[in-house]
Amino acid sequence: MKPITTFSGKAVALPIDNVDTDQIIPASYLKITDKSGVADGLFQAWRYLPDGSPNPDFPLNRPEALGATLLVAGHNFGCGSSREHAPWALQGYGFRAVIAPAFADIFRNNALKIGLLPVVIDAESYHELLSHLAEDPHTTLSIDLPNQLLTMPGGRLVSFPIDAFARHCLVHGVDQLGFLQQQEADILTFEATNPVTVYTIR
Amino acid sequence: MSNPKTLFDKVWDAHIVRPETPDTPAVLYIDLHLIHEVTSPQAFSELRQRGLPVRRPERTLATMDHSTPTTPRNALGVIPVIDPQAINQLDQLRKNCADFGITLFELGSLNQGIVHVIGPEQGLTQPGMTIVCGDSHTSTHGAFGALAFGIGTSEVGHVLATQCLLQYRPKTCAVRVSGKLQAGVTAKDIILAIIAKYGVGGGTGHVFEYMGEAIRSLSMEERMTICNMSIEGGARAGMVAPDETTFQYVAGRPYAPQGAAFAEAVERWRSLPSDDGARFDKEMSLDAGSLAPMITYGTNPGMGIPIDAPIPTPEQLPDSASRQALDKAMVYMGLEPGKPLLGHKVDLVFIGSCTNSRINDLRQAASFFRGRKVADGVRVMVVPGSQRVKKQAEEEGLDAIFKAAGAEWREAGCSACLGMNDDKVPAGKYAVSTSNRNFEGRQGPGARTMLASPLTAAAAAVTGRITDPRTMLDER
Ligand code: SF4
Repeated sequence: MKPITTFSGKAVALPIDNVDTDQIIPASYLKITDKSGVADGLFQAWRYLPDGSPNPDFPLNRPEALGATLLVAGHNFGCGSSREHAPWALQGYGFRAVIAPAFADIFRNNALKIGLLPVVIDAESYHELLSHLAEDPHTTLSIDLPNQLLTMPGGRLVSFPIDAFARHCLVHGVDQLGFLQQQEADILTFEATNPVTVYTIR
Repeated sequence: MSNPKTLFDKVWDAHIVRPETPDTPAVLYIDLHLIHEVTSPQAFSELRQRGLPVRRPERTLATMDHSTPTTPRNALGVIPVIDPQAINQLDQLRKNCADFGITLFELGSLNQGIVHVIGPEQGLTQPGMTIVCGDSHTSTHGAFGALAFGIGTSEVGHVLATQCLLQYRPKTCAVRVSGKLQAGVTAKDIILAIIAKYGVGGGTGHVFEYMGEAIRSLSMEERMTICNMSIEGGARAGMVAPDETTFQYVAGRPYAPQGAAFAEAVERWRSLPSDDGARFDKEMSLDAGSLAPMITYGTNPGMGIPIDAPIPTPEQLPDSASRQALDKAMVYMGLEPGKPLLGHKVDLVFIGSCTNSRINDLRQAASFFRGRKVADGVRVMVVPGSQRVKKQAEEEGLDAIFKAAGAEWREAGCSACLGMNDDKVPAGKYAVSTSNRNFEGRQGPGARTMLASPLTAAAAAVTGRITDPRTMLDER
């Protein structure tokens, strides 16, 4: 994975609470066996009209949202299923971070694994961001991952939490599976001292 | 006791390969890894790219459930898969299992079924285990006192390669359910009421432990229904302490320890329940005794009400975000705030999914259909959770009851729960569904889902309207 440090980009707001994974990517896009084409299904039911043309009222389709790389979303974003297709679709579409007051657990985990930053901000900053974006839809924001800082439109810095390990992996492009593999000695010791209670092969 | 522990603490602590440090999460050992066709292909590709084997194929089990059709078998006794993308996905799973030495419960075999139904049914799910699957409803297995949770595809790859996961210790939340359920009220109503009370984000960051009189008196199937929807309450996992009900359920199942090994296992399992005085980070509670059958009116599982209550009005809601959500949900559902749901027209009834497709669910529904007919114009799909459930139901003659009533009796799978196979709710139609998610489009684009128990679903099926099942219990 490419290291992520600081970056800035245009933000677009989707101020809805409890946006679930079925909205982010509907089940019909889960039939892929790779990651291709998944971005086409991002927010499908909201993004397109029944005839397949783009829904002009959907925030992502507004001309000023073109090229946005930061999504400002509501509380409990990504609730629902464990489908990693949801962060794949957001990343495939071009988003590098989702900024929200809270994320569902599995979504946040999955996003961190692929380098789509889940940026948790306090409710006040969230509402402040929404009003900025309503006034100026061309707002850009910048994110400093090593220092865990989001720069608000007026220049105010908002710090955001992220676990130290995930940050380390993202900033240095370290691969989490590689880290797990390095624990081989401990895994072997564990397996030697913990009897198998289930055996699926007959 | 010097340091009282919760059930969660005990299972977690027993699986630590490497403890959490300020810089790194804990390395947690996984006893059982369940996989299915939808969330595994990209993980196997990752393994191939890196030239890695599956570390513990004997701790891994695969089945086919999400994209499989549930249409009846053809003349050759085969369940026909027509969708080319689904065919490809199933072929890939077959190849991956063959190449990496993983046992696969094939579509069409007696062992196949929804991943969260077959684990317990086969005795694979046991108290005290860590269980993961690339599926959020893995929380179901927590009913046995296992720590079971859903993971994403990257993590599926981690477990395949190392049998371990990188995890931070979640917080714990005691969910105390007191009282005794009244007739016509079920486990499904308990969990829908908890989610309605505490919201879909109420459990975020926590593992639920369900406890109290009402939980103790439930069967394993009912406990699974409750743990299943922990994720809808925002928790990644839900657990119930194992007891005699648990041990009896596990005893004699194909993959459970047998004979002396079983007795030994039970001894170990008896030490799992939370110690007196164990501390939880959070508490929730519910009185099951005063509960009515629950039903959802909106587009997230927290939008639930007692079946005889009106839909809330915006004035009753605490903040602008929930008022907005109500507005949006009402437009999507074609419903009005303040109006009752009772008597509302129903087009389709779905009895199935990993929440409510086990044998006791089908028995309950069948008891309601016996001697009754499905209302005109209503389509009723009854989809057993596994082929074994299907077989047992047929041995008990339940299929005949469903068919005589005019319901469809289908093959095992996820079916209309997620609108990924051919079983869908048409746009704009109202479905009463025993599944777990009423998200916009979940059961098909434009589908309007109302979540409820199998009894409430059956009552809707025979009346064609939203009906309080309690009013029909003693009619005969
Ligand atoms: S039945 Fe529904 S919730 Fe359960 S595993 Fe299948 S798709 Fe997921």
